[in-house]
Amino acid sequence: MNLIVAENLTKTYTADSVSVEAIKSLSLRIDRASFVSFVGPSGSGKTTLLNLIGALDRPTSGRLTVADTDVGMLDRRGAAAFRGRTVGFVFQEFNLLPVLTAYENVEYPLLLVQHVAAAERRRRVLSLLEAVGVADQRDKYPAKLSGGQKQRIAVARALVTEPQLVLADEPTANLDHANASLVISTMRRLRDTLGTTFVFSTHDARVMAEAEIVFRLEDGQLVERQAHGAAA
Amino acid sequence: MMKLVQIAIRNLARYGRRTLLTASLIAIGVIAVIVFGAGAGAFKGLIVGQMTDAMLGHLQIHRRGYVASMDNLPLTLTMRPPRVEAIEKTLRADPEVEAYSRRLKFSGMFSNYTQTTAIRLNGVYPEEELRTVPLLASRIRQGTAKLAPGEIIIPELLSTGMGVKIGDLIVVVATNRDGSVNAAQLTVSGVLESATGPGGRDGYVHMEDATSLLRMEEPEISEIAVRLKHFDKLESAAENIRRSLGVTGPSGPAGAARQAGAPGQPATSGQPGGPGQASPLEVHTWEALSPFHNVAVLIDVLVLSATLGLIAIVLISVMNVMLMSVYERVKEIGTIAAMGTMPGKILSMFVIEGLSLGMLGILIGNAIAAAVILLIDAIGPTFDFGRQTGLVMSPELDPGRMLAISAVVAIVAVLGTIQPAFKASRMEPVEALRHG
Repeated sequence: MNLIVAENLTKTYTADSVSVEAIKSLSLRIDRASFVSFVGPSGSGKTTLLNLIGALDRPTSGRLTVADTDVGMLDRRGAAAFRGRTVGFVFQEFNLLPVLTAYENVEYPLLLVQHVAAAERRRRVLSLLEAVGVADQRDKYPAKLSGGQKQRIAVARALVTEPQLVLADEPTANLDHANASLVISTMRRLRDTLGTTFVFSTHDARVMAEAEIVFRLEDGQLVERQAHGAAA
Repeated sequence: MMKLVQIAIRNLARYGRRTLLTASLIAIGVIAVIVFGAGAGAFKGLIVGQMTDAMLGHLQIHRRGYVASMDNLPLTLTMRPPRVEAIEKTLRADPEVEAYSRRLKFSGMFSNYTQTTAIRLNGVYPEEELRTVPLLASRIRQGTAKLAPGEIIIPELLSTGMGVKIGDLIVVVATNRDGSVNAAQLTVSGVLESATGPGGRDGYVHMEDATSLLRMEEPEISEIAVRLKHFDKLESAAENIRRSLGVTGPSGPAGAARQAGAPGQPATSGQPGGPGQASPLEVHTWEALSPFHNVAVLIDVLVLSATLGLIAIVLISVMNVMLMSVYERVKEIGTIAAMGTMPGKILSMFVIEGLSLGMLGILIGNAIAAAVILLIDAIGPTFDFGRQTGLVMSPELDPGRMLAISAVVAIVAVLGTIQPAFKASRMEPVEALRHG
């Protein structure tokens, strides 16, 4: 069953009368609860594709359906509501809010986006902090945490709303190998537990090896699809 | 909501030095406006109090046209006893009227047998006068305010200028309405301290002496000064009295000019109160009678200017800080937008932050302003105004005014934040996330 369906997807950026096609007639399908990686050199369109799937940006043409929603048709508020309901984000630079503690960062989307009741918020936040192994760091501000801890907290924040999809743009780029492995294994374990679809972009060959399906992009086009393990 | 406030406060604390500088700037503006306003208000209140409680009364009733030619103290525009009795009846029935004083005002010559000079005289019933202008007694520098027939209270100006002392016999010469001259010998019973304006040459005699000197068969009255129970109800009380006396048309100088029968105006007279008919009377508040009213208006304009200055300070400083804050936090804005935070909530986050910054300035400003006002009250500095010396400045803490200024600052702080907050809420998350 497909969670993401892209058909002839194109994204063109125009600046000073110069147009650049970041995504060129790309079509793909990604099943629910899969663990997928986009790989490719810089400028190949990985981040652009993640932005389109996450309704952060709009396709120039083509059709993109995510969780049965045509994300290309969403307006600003509709896109925000869609993201808050359906998608969790993990960023390369963690993007934790510096004025909030680890606990508050994870709580943020439940409190200010989904307006979940206090008791339920507390249950979910503590459960996820425990799951990513940073429950003991919950009262610390991001400035006092290591890169690995920050990214695991970012993973917890992405999952706390119980989204159908988590998009992670180079989630291990700023981590050492040990922390990178820890973050990826955490994400994979949570996929197994929660059934959430994980889609991430990476340059890291060791991280690529963890993905069940790898889409290789070059110049905005899909050039290869590799399936590993059960997905093969 | 509480979380948004908490986030706003933490963000302000994050840029502590900048927050403190901006809050200080707002606080300085608040202090300036509150302290200056309180000082100016105290000054105005003091001078107005001196004017109304020692000379003018809160409002005055004259025969139509009297105020326009007041400088000449015309005896042709007096009110005769039946009219005066009707006015008294009205005033006695008015619950807002505390006291009134009938005055017969005229000009004359004052002689100590060796020198002669001009004097403005008020024929009064002393008890009425002291009830109506209670501070008159405090202006007596020598002698007593209890004026008996055959006595005169003279201004300090004449006392010092002509070397006249308490108990001296002097002569007052006056011309009556028909042009005949009469004189009376009076004993100086009191010396009045100097006052600013024409009132500085005013002396007081008993009504009996005034009517006798002017050869009136019965006391005629130039003006009736009225003291109200509540000065703050001046306008409404004056309006009630006007209505009761059948006086129509506006009050104030313009109204006075019209009521005086300005050139080109149809001459109307007759019974008061009839539609289209002008009353033979005019009622003026102190504002229309004293040149200090213009100073009072100027003071209000200065306070308003200071308030506008404060608004500019708050608007510019809050807008500047919040714009910087938005530019520094573009990536954070992108992050919260990516998580699904609605544009309206992003806007409210920054508005609350700007409001919190304004509130910090308000709290600091109000606290320091209150301390400064209490300190001024404790010190009790004195100042001179015209011929009045040793007036004590005692500004009052006015919670209502402080609250109003605080509300203005808070509203302006929000207004100053709206543009940067709107900018933040309209950011495209994908572009914001690429930032820095």
